[in-house]
Amino acid sequence: MLKKSSAKNPKKLKVSHNVSLLSALPWIGPALVLIILVVIWPVIELVRISFTDISAAGSLLDFNGLTNYRDLFANPDLYPVASRTLLWVFGIVFFTVLLSLPLAQLINQNFPGRKYVRWALIVPWAASVVMTSMIWSWILDAYSGELNLTLTQLGLISEPVDWINNPGSSFYVLMWVAVFVSIPFTTFVLLAGLQSIPADIVEAASVDGASHWKIYRQIKFPLLRNSLLIATIINLINVFNSFPIIWIMTKGGPGYETDTTTTFAYKLAFIESNMGPSTALGVMNFIIIMIIVAFYLRATRATRTEI
Amino acid sequence: MSSIRTKGFSIKKVSTILGAYFIAWFFLYPYINMFLTSVKSHDELFATPATHFPQVWQWSNYIDVWEKAPIAGYLKSSLIVSISATVLVLIVSLPAAYFIARYRFKMRGAFLLLVLATQMFSPTALIIGIFREVDFFNLLDSYLALIILNAGFNLAFSIWLLSGFFSSIPVEIEEAALIDGCSRIQALRRVTLPIALPGLVTAVIFTFVAAWNEFTIALTIISSVEKKPIPVGITQFIGQYDIAWEYLFSATMIAIVPVVILFIMIEKYLVGGLTAGSVK
Repeated sequence: MLKKSSAKNPKKLKVSHNVSLLSALPWIGPALVLIILVVIWPVIELVRISFTDISAAGSLLDFNGLTNYRDLFANPDLYPVASRTLLWVFGIVFFTVLLSLPLAQLINQNFPGRKYVRWALIVPWAASVVMTSMIWSWILDAYSGELNLTLTQLGLISEPVDWINNPGSSFYVLMWVAVFVSIPFTTFVLLAGLQSIPADIVEAASVDGASHWKIYRQIKFPLLRNSLLIATIINLINVFNSFPIIWIMTKGGPGYETDTTTTFAYKLAFIESNMGPSTALGVMNFIIIMIIVAFYLRATRATRTEI
Repeated sequence: MSSIRTKGFSIKKVSTILGAYFIAWFFLYPYINMFLTSVKSHDELFATPATHFPQVWQWSNYIDVWEKAPIAGYLKSSLIVSISATVLVLIVSLPAAYFIARYRFKMRGAFLLLVLATQMFSPTALIIGIFREVDFFNLLDSYLALIILNAGFNLAFSIWLLSGFFSSIPVEIEEAALIDGCSRIQALRRVTLPIALPGLVTAVIFTFVAAWNEFTIALTIISSVEKKPIPVGITQFIGQYDIAWEYLFSATMIAIVPVVILFIMIEKYLVGGLTAGSVK
């Protein structure tokens, strides 16, 4: 819509002259206050207490330098959790993008009922991730779930498999649910990218005898690159921050076996009342997100100035 | 729109249709399963062998669930928080979006950057800081904290989307209204806002649904049962020895259906607000 409307109206946006920041404040001030309260304050508070000794009850004692960070890195549980987080983020984003590409192509075609197919694809996006995780827990239930029921009836398994609690499959099941809830958004972003490709270019190429594959690789894919980049970066952030799926399905357990750094930090702080190292991990998580955000800002800088 | 130009039924077209319908089924499947589970009896859920379809359609689950769990209370909390957060987002984002669409000012770039950055930070990463801030203001276990936090984290979407709409509306239209004797505010209200209405509706629905589904903040700062919004409230079903899945899923169906309908209504505009200023 942004693009379409500005395309229809090719005249350069008419914007009023420069005004002072002071006269802008009544308009943007409330937004600024809300952002400071909700985002900036918690960031500063998080960083501040990560250098402070905190009692189990939550009261701040003294500045203690890097002690919390030292405690965090001395915790042997951190390292498997950190490497699992890498698998979590890159595995999920990779498969999400890989599956969304052909899907976006598919729903970009013209066929009867295409509207309803898109609607179906919106459902996992609109539905609460908590509730989606719950239904997957039930579908994958060892004795009453429909997956095992179907596999048994097809003769593929003879014993019920406990997908969620089996150490061999547990984490992959969680990753699958994350891919499932990430695909709709990703597909719609890519679809928007596909629809912004001028039809006449594609038409001209096909009149010139270019094959479907060639059109895809040499025309569509390069034009799609921007959407692909945006979708990938937003997914990296969302997946890294993902909390409800793991929390609902395994609580990161048994032990820390299915934790990522995000759920691990939460568990340390709010379940084990081990605030010190948790705040240090919170800051580390925040820095990682900042780095991804910086990439996002770089990637979108050119187009943002147009608004 | 790229489409297949062949008329009639080619193999390619048929396979496209079949593939697309399969995909639709696949993404709906968990929710179909959710629905079927919500109308089974408790005994049937744990019967061996399990069943695909309900032997007896026990619609009464949808009546009993209101007594088995404080669903009404959860829904009330969700409504209070989501509606208030949405109103707050509108009040705050409308002027900001309009101003950045119409004026150039010092630090405009910095402000846009800040807005974009906040869209990227999920509350999860900052939850310890959030918890301590809410505690500092003595607002733990309050709707007010939940409302402000939900509004703050969803502000960026509205600002992006609305400023996109505003900047696509030619200034001349407003100027014409001014010449005709409207005040600035009247021009806004009578001319600009009606044109930007699809953007407003989208911003309202998106914020409402996002707040409706929010989990982490509510889980962390709300402790009394009657104030829990529905995503947190229903986790009470889990962790009991014998989970009442039939009631759990009738509750989730009640929570999911309205927001799915709302989201479908704004399908066209969703991507715009989430990736504004980026998708070419």
